[in-house]
Amino acid sequence: MRYAMAVDTKKCVGCSDCVVACQTENNVPIGYCRDWVVEITHGTYPQLELEIRSERCNHCDNSPCVRCCPTGASHYSDGGIVLVTEDKCIGCGACISSCPYDARYPHPDGHVDKCTFCIHRVQKGQKPACVEVCPTKCMYFGDLDDPNSDVSKVLKKRKFKTLIPEAGTKPQLYFLI
Amino acid sequence: MKQSRREFLKISSLGIGGVTLAAPFFNWANGAIVSDETPGEDFVNRTPTYCEVCFWKCAGWVYKNDKGNIWKIIGNDEDPHCNGRLCPRGTGGLGMYYDEDRLKTPLIRKTIDGKQQFVEASWDEALDVVAKNLNKLKEKYGPECTALFTHGSGGKFFGDLLKAFGSTNITAPSFAQCRGPREVAFLATYGEIIASPERVDIRDTKCLVLIGSHIGENMHNGQVQEMSDAIDKGATIITVDPRFSTAASKSKHWLPIKPSTDIALLLAWIHEVIYNEWYDKKYVDKYCYGLDELKDHVKNFTPEWAYGITTIKPHVIRQTAKEMVNASPAVIIHPGRHVTWYGDDTQRLRAVAILNALLGSWGRRGGFYSPEKKSLPSFPHPEFPKPKKTWRDAHPGKYNLAIEVVSNGICDATIPTPDNDCSFKAWIVNGTNLITTLPDQKNTLEAIQHLEFMVVIDTMPMEITGYADVILPECTYLERYDYCRTDQNREPSIALRMPATEPKYNTKPDWWIVRQLAHKMGLDKFFKWNDIEEVLDWQLKQVGTSLEEMKKIGIKKFPREYDDLYFVEDQDIDFNTNTGKIELYSTDLEAEGFDPMPVYTPHPEPDPGFYRLNYGRHPAHTFSRTANNPNLTDLFDENVLWVNPIVAKEWDLKKGQEIWLENQDGILSTFPIKVRVTERIRHDSVYMVHGFGHDNKKLTRSYGKGASDTELISNVLVDPIMGGTGMRSNFVTFKLENPHKKEVAS
Repeated sequence: MRYAMAVDTKKCVGCSDCVVACQTENNVPIGYCRDWVVEITHGTYPQLELEIRSERCNHCDNSPCVRCCPTGASHYSDGGIVLVTEDKCIGCGACISSCPYDARYPHPDGHVDKCTFCIHRVQKGQKPACVEVCPTKCMYFGDLDDPNSDVSKVLKKRKFKTLIPEAGTKPQLYFLI
Repeated sequence: MKQSRREFLKISSLGIGGVTLAAPFFNWANGAIVSDETPGEDFVNRTPTYCEVCFWKCAGWVYKNDKGNIWKIIGNDEDPHCNGRLCPRGTGGLGMYYDEDRLKTPLIRKTIDGKQQFVEASWDEALDVVAKNLNKLKEKYGPECTALFTHGSGGKFFGDLLKAFGSTNITAPSFAQCRGPREVAFLATYGEIIASPERVDIRDTKCLVLIGSHIGENMHNGQVQEMSDAIDKGATIITVDPRFSTAASKSKHWLPIKPSTDIALLLAWIHEVIYNEWYDKKYVDKYCYGLDELKDHVKNFTPEWAYGITTIKPHVIRQTAKEMVNASPAVIIHPGRHVTWYGDDTQRLRAVAILNALLGSWGRRGGFYSPEKKSLPSFPHPEFPKPKKTWRDAHPGKYNLAIEVVSNGICDATIPTPDNDCSFKAWIVNGTNLITTLPDQKNTLEAIQHLEFMVVIDTMPMEITGYADVILPECTYLERYDYCRTDQNREPSIALRMPATEPKYNTKPDWWIVRQLAHKMGLDKFFKWNDIEEVLDWQLKQVGTSLEEMKKIGIKKFPREYDDLYFVEDQDIDFNTNTGKIELYSTDLEAEGFDPMPVYTPHPEPDPGFYRLNYGRHPAHTFSRTANNPNLTDLFDENVLWVNPIVAKEWDLKKGQEIWLENQDGILSTFPIKVRVTERIRHDSVYMVHGFGHDNKKLTRSYGKGASDTELISNVLVDPIMGGTGMRSNFVTFKLENPHKKEVAS
């Protein structure tokens, strides 16, 4: 089992619904977020292109955050989901510095926090909150080992990219282009 | 200087006799937003609602956690408005409930020791003041001199109250500051309006044309969802906008038009479609009136003619016309929503309606469908009194084609003039911050000075509350019942809103406020109920359901009663127009003395050093009402000024630099705004999101954040056909130093 997510940059309008849905679902404190939106403009007026991406933890196969964690708080869970065990986390921040995607933040309660792919929902057969809420249905989630999962099907059909592949982290967040 | 009768009062400075208005210390960590339970734990309960953050009114479920706190709001899967997916505003709607800056208790304006101030009051006391004042003014001037401004679900209760009182002057800015021109234009053309949610079949369209409509930034949920579906299906999107909007970035063709020239482009498209004989001949022959006149009218409006006006190249105009024709009839030239731009807006929307008719998209799959709604009967009441006069009497011979009350018409007629004594004396303002809603703030403030009484009902200390005689704090939609939602869609439905929790602070639902007022005003006979549950249950039982059932399902869909979604092949149709046809040539407009077919008129252009002020929406906000919502300000907390890099270079503006704006009438922005240097805006325009730059300190998160576009809109081009306020002929220049800084004498 290998959980992954694909985000369709052709459909995403950058509304941030994924951000606020994640915040409420996961009780993320106001002022912090586990996912965010990036907009990149190329060209000069009027020859322009705009790419919009909903970003979050890449749940890498080769995660620098897991490798550098001194307490074992950062770890791989079911289906390769990278998690932080709050009780074990001492808030040293090594993982925050090691993440090339800047996907982690220090929670005011003293531990590091990040996207969990909503594992508490996924275990119940639900989709992550961001995927479920998105008005453009631009996000696809599922098991890459299952050829019939939403994410497998869309990756077979569409061109995609990952972010900073040269970092060698083997990210599992795909962007449809 | 004469002291103003109605001095703006900051609510923070009130409270006498040791009464303090300070909120009980509210710790976010005790609320639902930051609670320490494991997310996703089974909820204690969920209750149905429909969203009040915007007019789309998506149905959803309010989930509470095991501590009984509101935890999250999730769309109702059965709702055709949202299909189970709320937008960011709906998802963040709980911020309205948790906002600690909310109005918390009734307030009455009193003069104490020569100083005006707000004093806390009991509901009984505050409602007594409202009832006595309204009845006193009724006696003196007649009931018609009281008007209601409303924008929200609770307004229906106040509407009932006003009608029982004897006035039909009930108005919403959603007409004359927003979608009015399109409704009047489509009514003149097809005999039917667009209404809300828009009857556009984006889901199945092959070509979607957006003219200044930025779907995706305006988060009109159903349309955003369907635009995404259309992208999936490979539909062609054509966007006409001086700004590279999000929608433009999703488009096959982006036409970066020179602002204010849209009618020229539309006329050139119509010219191409007619003179190449690309129009749907069978459809036009059978259903349309006035093709010959139209053909003659657009004879000279070639793409080459339009190029000189719009800066859109002739081959692009031809190519995009052909794209529409290829998709016809599954094509939508979108009527937009906020369309009060240049004062000839009804005519621009007529051109849109005409082009759709030529392409045969009205009544066709992928074009415009025929919506249906399920009406609920009103709870029985004696007939309301017939008013002796209405707002129209204040504007004899004007705006005859307006189909709703013109809000600015009420505002204007509140200021007495030598030849007009029918001015309004009292306003009831519910859920609309008129200071940032109506353009030309000076005019609005002057009107307010002439009022003898104003009561404002709101959840937040919006600027308008500072001018009220009485402020009544309504509770948020999450804490109350309202009438059911019955808005149109492909299939009729009704949605229930019920309280998820008790009202916070000393706030009350609108139905309760109105019922109390009705009693105090001697209008009991029109309100033969004591509790809203009685009314809702009675209404729901008339259509075969009940309050009990609706509490469980939230939304109920009904089968369509009438015709199909689309015209049937060769169907005979009697359109509700004078000719019974789709009027390419409008007999209604002609009879009123207006151009029966749209004409392009040049509009003012910016002087050197000035830029056209364009404004729009952000997906996380609705007007100015969400600017203080803790969840939504977390996503976007201040607007910025979009400036083209060429302009930035000329002025030596840097990214993030704070500047002030001055408009063509010398009006300065109260607050500075940060510069966003971006290629996405034309060199002759600047752009900002509407609804920021609040100047009430009681709005602690939004005070002074960004600039207000409304305060810079002092040149208002009123549409003579229906009274709409064109707001896009205002020009601004930049002030790099703080122009409000007082010189210190040495």
